[in-house]
Amino acid sequence: MNTDLLIWIILSPLLGAVLTGGLYFYSIKKEKISDATFAWIGTITPFISFLITLSLFLRMNEENITFKQELFTWLSIDKLTIEMGFLGDNLSIFMAMFVTFVGWLIHIYAVGYMKGDKGFGKFFAYFNLFLASMLILVLADNPIILFIGWEGVGVCSYLLIKFYYGKKENILAANKAFIVNRVGDFGFLLGVVTLFFAMGEVDLSFTSIEANLTNASPELLGLAGFLLFVGAMGKSAQIPLYVWLPDAMAGPTPISALIHAATMVTAGVYMVARFHFLYIDLADIGLFIAYIGAFSALLAAFIATRQNDIKKILAYSTMSQLGYMFIAVGLGFYSTGLFHVFTHAFFKAMLFMGAGGVIMALHHQQDIFKIAQHRASLPIIGFTFLVGVIAISGIPPFSGFFSKDAILAAAFQEEQYLIWGIGMFTAFLTAFYMFRLYFVVFVAPTKSKKEYVYTSKTITLPLLVLAIGAFGAGFLNFPAVFGGNHFVDTWLGQLNSKTIHLSHATEYILMIVSVAVAAAGIFVAYKKYANFDVSKPEEEIGIIGNKFYIDEIYDLVFVKTLKKLSTFIDKVVDSKIIDGFIMNSSEGFVEIGKKVAMLQNANVRFYAAFMLVGMSCIFIYLYITLGL
Amino acid sequence: MISLTSLAFVSMMLFSIGAIGVISRKNIFVIYMSIEMMLNGINLFLVTFARYHFDMDPQIITIMVIAIAAVEAAIFLSVIILLFRSKKSLDTDVFTTLTQGEKS
Repeated sequence: MNTDLLIWIILSPLLGAVLTGGLYFYSIKKEKISDATFAWIGTITPFISFLITLSLFLRMNEENITFKQELFTWLSIDKLTIEMGFLGDNLSIFMAMFVTFVGWLIHIYAVGYMKGDKGFGKFFAYFNLFLASMLILVLADNPIILFIGWEGVGVCSYLLIKFYYGKKENILAANKAFIVNRVGDFGFLLGVVTLFFAMGEVDLSFTSIEANLTNASPELLGLAGFLLFVGAMGKSAQIPLYVWLPDAMAGPTPISALIHAATMVTAGVYMVARFHFLYIDLADIGLFIAYIGAFSALLAAFIATRQNDIKKILAYSTMSQLGYMFIAVGLGFYSTGLFHVFTHAFFKAMLFMGAGGVIMALHHQQDIFKIAQHRASLPIIGFTFLVGVIAISGIPPFSGFFSKDAILAAAFQEEQYLIWGIGMFTAFLTAFYMFRLYFVVFVAPTKSKKEYVYTSKTITLPLLVLAIGAFGAGFLNFPAVFGGNHFVDTWLGQLNSKTIHLSHATEYILMIVSVAVAAAGIFVAYKKYANFDVSKPEEEIGIIGNKFYIDEIYDLVFVKTLKKLSTFIDKVVDSKIIDGFIMNSSEGFVEIGKKVAMLQNANVRFYAAFMLVGMSCIFIYLYITLGL
Repeated sequence: MISLTSLAFVSMMLFSIGAIGVISRKNIFVIYMSIEMMLNGINLFLVTFARYHFDMDPQIITIMVIAIAAVEAAIFLSVIILLFRSKKSLDTDVFTTLTQGEKS
């Protein structure tokens, strides 16, 4: 079904970005424009997107249709034709729904958080652009358009991470994020190219790829599936390309919330789900994805238990939760994975926004023990943070429980007991480190006077809305065991190759086990940290505290060797070999020129002799060849 | 009757003497005369073979060459006069304007 509305979901924030960007330039060159103008433009545009998405969603819900909009032919080279087309099917509209909604709330939050910042207008221009890129990615009709959005979010994350570009660490973090993402993007691009060669004479829209998949050679498709997943590794911060995510915390907190909840990191999971028709037939690649996800989840959870920076703990928890999502999509349970993306968007956005509120109240202090030492009274933030922590730990009936439990049940049903075990253990660690964070920051006894700090309404209102979401989002996919409606599973049902059909007894036991595991994690955290003496902070020591030395290993293996190589090329290959060759050959030409110039000696008789010799040669040649 | 070989030999001798004169002599006049000698060598060659084959075409070419040589003589002589006026000499080694600088 064609519609003109689809493009406006993307255009609205894009125009907002152009408008705020232009106004920002005007305000720094000419006269000052009030922050309120930027704030209104910046927050209304995502809201318009959300309303359009909602209306399309409601229409789809009634009529069961797919929206499609083709604007123009972007490229047409021989067999390859790329339409600038957008697709609104069940998957993309579902994704766009919560991206725009959570994105909108984060925009509102940013109004409060960035208040008085001199780059206020610029911030909203970037923010809108970020959302627009993500929506291009989500609504793309073919992998090339998807790649535009894919790169767009990469650029915007780079711009936003180094938003305070005065500090060197921020720039380094932004460079790291960008470069590591480039590695993944390269994989993705190669994957698309491989797909193109595998498909042959087919236009590259998702529907026609799906329809013509049987004609392609399975080897090439396997390669394409793997390469596309390399892209997902980079964007969604999985082993081995996750190192950028914790460093990306250098940016202001709303950015972290946006990157982690609504945009960017979920792109990888979404992409795998978008290519579900490809991965369904690639069971080996799927299993590989699931294992990468499981190990990423475990590694990140381990590291998070020993971090002291509130934002880094949350960053590692995101990586860990993304690991869960990849377990689900890798095993073929796409709706389950996306359901976790959905619930995660709510509670992770809320946790980051809460953390931002705490950081702001304490004048940009991020160390959890120092925050505890100067604790301020923040009732709303404290309450919503607790909701988020419970949700991520997987305690029923909060949303995180339903989505995480469904993933673990899926792993159990597929008889991947190792993945299931890792998932369970990660759930324990998750409950532990999240409650460690909560207990240290909000509960542990402290000598501070606990002054009440006023938090702006634009910060608390989105938090409360998200708290409702984090609590209630799980009911959208209420398990059938409890007589639920399975709304998300039904909505995204066409993606699934498999559904969970364990016996009720098994399902109950699994739930009890996972709740018990989470409770154990909370209990351990409670024992250790509820009465923790925050004046003696834990230090980030040992192999876990040093993040398994992964950064150092990467530095040694990739950065240092590349540096050596480039020094070698600079000092030896370039200056000695290439320059030597060019300089010597130019000198050679000069020498030859001097020799040749001697022929021009103005000696007429010499010229005549030369002419005679030349003509004689020509005649002799003619005589021989023509045989006269 | 004079044999074909001896006539051809004479014309080739004329041509060769002319060529050697062009190469070895310094005086522009002598070079000019040598060039004329080469032309006449060719003319004789053409006429000889025209007779031998009873063909009129080479004869026509010969007349052409003589006509052109006459025109050429007019131009050549005026050029020689101009050259002499500029350098007061007819030695070819004096005229080195177009060389690579070292000799001038």
